[in-house]
Amino acid sequence: MHILLRGRDTPNIKQLDVYEAHDGFAGLRGALAMTPAEVIDVVKASGLRGRGGAGFPTGVKWSFIPQHEPIKYVTVNADESETGTFKDREIMEENPYQLLEGSLICAYAIQAKAVYIYLRGEFWDIGDQLDDCIEALRAKGLVGENILGSGYDCEVYTHLGAGAYICGEESALLNSLEGYLGQPRVRPPFPAQKGGGLYKEATVVNNVETLANVPFIMTQGAAAFKAIGTEQSAGNKIYCVSGHVKKPGNYELPMGSTFRELLYDHAGGPLHDDRPFKAMLPSGGSGPIVPLTDEVLDTRMSYEDCASIGTIIGSASIIIMDESVDMTWVASKVTKFFKHESCGKCTPCREGTYWLDKVIDRILDGRGTADDVKRIADVAENMAGTTLCALGDFAANPIIHTIRHFPDDFAQHVQA
Amino acid sequence: MAIIGNPKYTERIERHLAKYETRRSAVMPLLYIAQEEYGWVSSEGIGEVAQLLNLDPTQVKSIAGFYTMYSEKPKGKYWLQVCTDLPCALQGADDFHAWLKQELGVAEGGTTDDGLFTVEHVMCLAACDKAPMLQCNFRYVEELDQDKMRQLLAKWRSEANGRG
Repeated sequence: MHILLRGRDTPNIKQLDVYEAHDGFAGLRGALAMTPAEVIDVVKASGLRGRGGAGFPTGVKWSFIPQHEPIKYVTVNADESETGTFKDREIMEENPYQLLEGSLICAYAIQAKAVYIYLRGEFWDIGDQLDDCIEALRAKGLVGENILGSGYDCEVYTHLGAGAYICGEESALLNSLEGYLGQPRVRPPFPAQKGGGLYKEATVVNNVETLANVPFIMTQGAAAFKAIGTEQSAGNKIYCVSGHVKKPGNYELPMGSTFRELLYDHAGGPLHDDRPFKAMLPSGGSGPIVPLTDEVLDTRMSYEDCASIGTIIGSASIIIMDESVDMTWVASKVTKFFKHESCGKCTPCREGTYWLDKVIDRILDGRGTADDVKRIADVAENMAGTTLCALGDFAANPIIHTIRHFPDDFAQHVQA
Repeated sequence: MAIIGNPKYTERIERHLAKYETRRSAVMPLLYIAQEEYGWVSSEGIGEVAQLLNLDPTQVKSIAGFYTMYSEKPKGKYWLQVCTDLPCALQGADDFHAWLKQELGVAEGGTTDDGLFTVEHVMCLAACDKAPMLQCNFRYVEELDQDKMRQLLAKWRSEANGRG
């Protein structure tokens, strides 16, 4: 059953009348009949965790907002830029009202004065569609002043980024929204605190997929949501499958399904029958790569199980590589991405990605030495944990983990 | 050419200025308007955005330079950005990108002599299941191959000539 990609079961759910005919805005009505604190308790009890990658408990995040502050904001992270991620796009294209309803429930729960949806710039047509949806909601009293007669006022706006991966990092996103360079901020103060959020006000920043889960939780109850998935990973997740499979695409499955179910039952198995799977990046370019062994295939896709195989489920942007792929080339591709996307603020990331790229190019050209392989591993290890945001760690991962798991792929370039 | 006082943009500019708490927050949407008017973020456009927001042009230029979707030089009429990031590359995007440059006779980032096409590669566009793909003037064109691309190039050429 789809909770998120409901457009696949219900044609035209992107239209307001169809969405309303299928329980649409029942979750918001239910929330408005409760106190904000009660809404937060329901989301806490559901076990929903942030779907942008970090997996932080959503209700707990909302509860950090100081209620006595007069001005609060919700910012929706729709910057979807992780290599291999294309799930938020489908939610917003095919089920936009569910995102807006979830955002309004979050806004009510923290008593926000406005919601800003930060879209990556390439999603301008989705922004136009959301703007139309927002006006349709305003006409029905679901956005603006005195929503559904509750006395609660909230505005919803869209904002377009302009091509910068770093703006998916929440503090860089806030800087960008304020018209500054999209570079991370020093924390504390955190976004949820006065001084740390949008316009220095307390702010919740949630991913699109996270918020799109909230209407289901409000209508079906926290227990119904928690019943799906595993102990520590509740609900469904959209897995974005790309690379060497027969049927790449988005698949919404309960958390705790195995990689084998996803890749064979849904994504059709290896693209070429005579080329077995070799490796997987389960969380785009930023998470640790793993060899696609039987043990990994039988691992459940949950926060806790992925940790046990040395990687993360993150945003579940699952990139599959078959045996034809040279992992040195993969390390190079991902490093070029992070070199391009480093915002330049922290020296280890700015300089580290630059030099990693130069040395890997040398190795790929056949001009490298065994010492160069040690050198890039050393540089990467010195980047991890030394930067203001996680990009420095993300950029270290493809080097550290490709060398750890696939040393022969590097050795073949330096022994010739 | 101008965006200030241009009736084409008045309503949009006012709407963007109204939706944020600070005028500065409108710098990104106003830069898009400047790019639409001038074809790129020219110094005239930067100056107008700065004037609208009470900022120094240098501050506006730093924003324009940070983000890849603002073009700091004129592009071809059709700005083709091929995603060559890992998932697309696993589906042949590097070869497709190289072929497209050869087909049009341009180097990376170059523009054809007739001013019609600029070709460059970009990072992940969130269309990994539809590779190879590109965006043409920020519109996605997905599941491409050489035949489909040749047809598109022909279509865009005739569109451009028809208008000329």
